[in-house]
Amino acid sequence: MTEGKDFHGSLCPMGGMKVFLKKGDRMKELGELQFLDDVRYAKDHEWVRPEADRVKVGISDFAQDQLGDITFVEMPGVGDLLEQGALFGTLESTKAVGELFMPISGEILAVNEALAESPELINKDPYGEGWIVEIKPTRPEEFDALMTKDRYVEMLKGL
Amino acid sequence: MTLFPAAPGLILNEPLLWEKGKRGRCGISIPARDVEPCPLEEDLLGDAPDFPDLSEVDVVRHYTRLSQWNFGVDSGTYPLGSCTMKYNPKINDTMASLPGFAAAHPLLPESLVQGGLRLMHELERLLAEITGLDAVTLQPAAGAQGELTGMLMIYAYHANKGSRRSKIIVPDTAHGTNPASAALCGFQPLKVKSNEQGILSPETIAEVMDEDVAGIMVTNPNTLGLFEENMREIADIVHRKDGLVYCDGANMNAVMGIVHLGCMGVDILHLNLHKTFSTPHGGGGPGSGPVCVSKHLEPFLPVPRVIEEQGRYRLSEAFPRSIGKVHAFHGNFGIMVRAYSYILSMGPELKTASRLAVLNANYVKESLKGVFHLPYDRPCMHECVFSDELQKDLKVTTLDMAKRLMDYGFHPPTVYFPLVVPGAIMIEPPETESKEDVDLLIEAMKAIAREARENPDLLRTAPHLCKVTRLDEVEAARHPCLTG
Amino acid sequence: MRYLPHTAEDVAAMLDVIAAGSIDELFSTVPDSCRRAGPLKLAEPMTEWELSTHLSALAAKMAVCPDYQVFMGAGSYEHHIPATVLHLLGRSEFVTSYTPYQPEISQGTLQAMYEYQTLVARLLGMEVANASLYDGASALAEALLMAIRITGGKRVAVSRVIHPSYRRVAQTYLTPGGFDIIELPYRADGRTDLSPLDGMDGLAAVAIQSPNFFGCIEDLATAAETAHRSGALFVTAFSEPLAYGLLRNPGMQGADIVCGEGQSFGIPRSFGGPGLGMFATQMKYVRNMPGRLVGKAVDRNGKRGFVLTLSTREQHIRREKATSNICTNHSLCALNCAMYLASVGGTGLRELAALNRDKAEYLKKRLAEAGFGIRFAAPTFNEFVVEFPEGFQTTYERLLEKRIVAGLPLDCFYPELERNFLLCVTEVKTRDDMDALVREIRS
Repeated sequence: MTEGKDFHGSLCPMGGMKVFLKKGDRMKELGELQFLDDVRYAKDHEWVRPEADRVKVGISDFAQDQLGDITFVEMPGVGDLLEQGALFGTLESTKAVGELFMPISGEILAVNEALAESPELINKDPYGEGWIVEIKPTRPEEFDALMTKDRYVEMLKGL
Repeated sequence: MTLFPAAPGLILNEPLLWEKGKRGRCGISIPARDVEPCPLEEDLLGDAPDFPDLSEVDVVRHYTRLSQWNFGVDSGTYPLGSCTMKYNPKINDTMASLPGFAAAHPLLPESLVQGGLRLMHELERLLAEITGLDAVTLQPAAGAQGELTGMLMIYAYHANKGSRRSKIIVPDTAHGTNPASAALCGFQPLKVKSNEQGILSPETIAEVMDEDVAGIMVTNPNTLGLFEENMREIADIVHRKDGLVYCDGANMNAVMGIVHLGCMGVDILHLNLHKTFSTPHGGGGPGSGPVCVSKHLEPFLPVPRVIEEQGRYRLSEAFPRSIGKVHAFHGNFGIMVRAYSYILSMGPELKTASRLAVLNANYVKESLKGVFHLPYDRPCMHECVFSDELQKDLKVTTLDMAKRLMDYGFHPPTVYFPLVVPGAIMIEPPETESKEDVDLLIEAMKAIAREARENPDLLRTAPHLCKVTRLDEVEAARHPCLTG
Repeated sequence: MRYLPHTAEDVAAMLDVIAAGSIDELFSTVPDSCRRAGPLKLAEPMTEWELSTHLSALAAKMAVCPDYQVFMGAGSYEHHIPATVLHLLGRSEFVTSYTPYQPEISQGTLQAMYEYQTLVARLLGMEVANASLYDGASALAEALLMAIRITGGKRVAVSRVIHPSYRRVAQTYLTPGGFDIIELPYRADGRTDLSPLDGMDGLAAVAIQSPNFFGCIEDLATAAETAHRSGALFVTAFSEPLAYGLLRNPGMQGADIVCGEGQSFGIPRSFGGPGLGMFATQMKYVRNMPGRLVGKAVDRNGKRGFVLTLSTREQHIRREKATSNICTNHSLCALNCAMYLASVGGTGLRELAALNRDKAEYLKKRLAEAGFGIRFAAPTFNEFVVEFPEGFQTTYERLLEKRIVAGLPLDCFYPELERNFLLCVTEVKTRDDMDALVREIRS
């Protein structure tokens, strides 16, 4: 299902993450956005933070800014086993839909239940309270191939 | 000092229906009871629905006030790109209300509905003449349903040959209904990019066209308001591998009497009677989406078909390869009457309508280029597309400018579509807009561009003169309240 | 031409700004390969008066009240439409406006649609209704597709006593996806036979219409239980929503999706269209529901307003992954319906529904007394099936000549029901009308 860059992506600065439409609000400049050092980044804008035997996953500040105010989060089931690159959920704003792709392969250990009532946590605190899923990696080496902060910011500059 | 249409004025509040009324009121004449009551079995009986009871005056005031919060083509200029908000002639509504049409049951014996059947048959002939295609169905209730009908016919065409093709080529400029309709038929949309000139290149199509592609969906003129100049070549490429060419005719208003869809290589076309043919939009519907096809696809059209034999009309199901029915009855007949009246009122002047529509759009394009960024500085058809690129460093968006336009007394143009132009502003001033009205629109847009520089906050908080200011659509989506 | 305001001076001034010599130049991008060879072969424009004469002549060749007495329902019903509704519906701010994408300038349409949604939800006993689909037929098709999306099932069970055209349209919509439609037969009493459902699996939906095409009131509660036992969603369809002014509503009986035709509520029959596709479901399924939705919202000053919402389901955002391809709704028809229901009110709706049923029962009784067979024993609302004796076709045609349409012959839809006719009586028929019908049939 995923082509690397679909025609929306090539014109919107979203690259791989499929954003169907984003309108109205002004989007921030790169310098106004936050990028943490303690996480790695996937090309589809998910971040990954290792925590003991598992990883926590969310979307970057850039991604939440592009999507706008999130109104609804569709999450996978706990126990689901998914490959790297597979679709694991969607994020809806009033005008856009963003698809979430597994940054690494693994089993879904937990989903952030708070997002059901407060999807805006992703906008307010994308790297903290706005986490989306916890994954138990099946192929830990995939983590090493993810981008560091600097590489991710480079990628964004190139979009 | 220009006098723009908008002015502040008294507008009346009106509560929700169930916030008014009193138990026992009634707003209609209930016919006298002339038969005995026949009680229903207990287990079938329900409670009366929880509806308010309103008097006739309650109802009249309610809807009169609600209507005054709206803006229609009759209120002022409505330059919504891709929608063709042209004037809706009142005689058409009068004709549709003739009791013979309005009160007729669709399943009456054919001998008793010759007038309606004849109207449908003639309308089919008129649409065939206007488009240059051969056979027509009037059944689809809307453009999107017309697209679905077209996709179903493409599916049936290939199935009839024993072939199962899985893809349809869809340009990046396509309206959202295009890929949605294709997907409904189990086709996977194969997206292709338009070139730097904003149109499709034959090479791009040739690259992806193969025996697994059932056909292509093209809008011509496209949603950028540009004529797909390579249409014929593209059609040939698709036909050579036995694919079909579907044309989305939403923009037909630019080309009536000028193009011949058959010559263009189109096999199937849908029309929007509520766009090109002046039937009213009604706040979002009803419309009508007839489908016109070239001769070789006639067998697949939906049934029943209207047949004429020596001046008598009948409905026939004798088309074994038909895709079946898409509508419970014959389609939106009330809308057909209006379109039929319009076509008879215009006759060959339909071509003049297209010419003037294209004149209006080019005039707007030339007048506003430089004020707003024009991504494709080429002759346009009946609509032109700008963007908010020039307002970017002022931190003013297309949305802000659209909202501000309401304060000047205009309905905003289409915004953020087509997707290939970020921040798109699509302006379509139909031929029924006079030069004075178009000039006023141009001046208003220039004023807004000035305000973007001098007083951007005014735009970001617009509109100011409407009944409500900007609504919190985010909260409405997060915690939907869809029922009172 | 009165719709084309441009004068020659206007055109010249505009061409000047464009720096074009003629309008022809503006079409320079249209290649010869795409052009018409000759002009449009259309007759000269008609004046308003010629048009009126021409169309009146066509309209005169249509069999309508008061000239004709038509006792036909079958998805298109004759009900009184108050003058106020016709008048209010003509307000051009409603008629000539477009989809309320800019809510600030469309609060009239938006509040009216929110009210419509609410009335429909209350009528059907469901939690949420959309702002309308095209008609009862496409609504059924969309309901089945929605159930398929939700459950992942690949087959649906559809009662044979659902309106034949609705079933045909559903078949058209479901064919390309390769979904199976299993037909449930009807029992001797006129209701759906649910027994084939025993032990059936992989079902996405079970669909029943009530009152059904024969006018019979179905046992929705039992059907719902049976459907749910098989893991399917229960879809209730209808073509005559006035019945729910009297009958227990589908929501109370376990329906998951309710879909049908709303033409009865103040919308002229108009030779079959435009109609009104009513559609309702429970909140847990709302994100899978097709069609437009209006929701309450608040503006910057805290004022209540209304907006289109949950648009991420729709084609303009999801494109090929949308819940449906639908773009327009039948907004003006939904408005028409809401105006009618507002005028009739809750108390009035109950009385109208009771009148419909009682009058139909009266005709049924008179025909039974005259020795004609009432085909199905199940209770009915305002339609019922009569089996006439051999040779009735002649009587039927004789009655046509007397400008009476004695029901709809059923054999073209149900070949096993030769000589069976579906008759409909609404509040517009008087006792005298019905007595006259019986008299004519007997003579």
